[in-house]
Amino acid sequence: MQPVNEMKLEFLSKSSNEAFARVAAAAFVSQLDPTIEELADVRTAVSEAVTNAIIHGYENEIGIITMVCRLYDRSVEIEITDKGKGIEDIELAMQPLYTSKPEMERSGMGFTVMESFMDRVKVRSKPGEGTTVTLFKTFSSEKK
Amino acid sequence: MEIRFSNRGSTLIAAFSGELDHHFAEYARNKIERELFKATTRDVIFDLTGLSFMDSSGIGVLVGRYANISKLGGKAAIICRNSRIRKILEISGVLKLMPVYDELDDAMRALHSA
Repeated sequence: MQPVNEMKLEFLSKSSNEAFARVAAAAFVSQLDPTIEELADVRTAVSEAVTNAIIHGYENEIGIITMVCRLYDRSVEIEITDKGKGIEDIELAMQPLYTSKPEMERSGMGFTVMESFMDRVKVRSKPGEGTTVTLFKTFSSEKK
Repeated sequence: MEIRFSNRGSTLIAAFSGELDHHFAEYARNKIERELFKATTRDVIFDLTGLSFMDSSGIGVLVGRYANISKLGGKAAIICRNSRIRKILEISGVLKLMPVYDELDDAMRALHSA
């Protein structure tokens, strides 16, 4: 299926860009007229994925995070990629409450939040090469 | 993001406003810890009413503070009406540690009736 619209952003893995990324994604997605709740879901999931890239992918070193948003008729696909350290065990990383950084007061709920706010979450990762998280969501058919 | 503190009886109220994410988590943690250190109160209410956004980084901040409050024999509760933030509190199990209410008065009653 061909997207009806697409955008790509690259930004540094600075924590101040977490707000920028979620606001930019929500602004782009709002073309599909989602409900306010659906838009809040997208903002939250993007924030989680970008935070993971900063803390776990780049471990607070500065790298580039790429965010691609593809809009379809009533759905969105958002791809967030880092070229950081990658995930050894994706299944473990996605378990609720699992965190590799408990000393930083990480709750271990990032992937669980993404999964419960979006329809589907796909994770591809290679240790030493980086991680791509893809978030999918279909919006309710009634337009505002 | 901003946190304002006030006292109501023996309860410290920490009122958050703005957006609580990883970027502001450390600021929030330090600010609450400093206040808890000098406070004479034991119980704490986290008032999230003014937050327009919170992700799972906020969970770390709340659960971390809860651990310190309960170590000192205090209790904690949360006020939150935002459905998305409430959902994050629910799925992360925070509700098992701290009850969540719509209104400050309900949270105050709950803390002091038990």
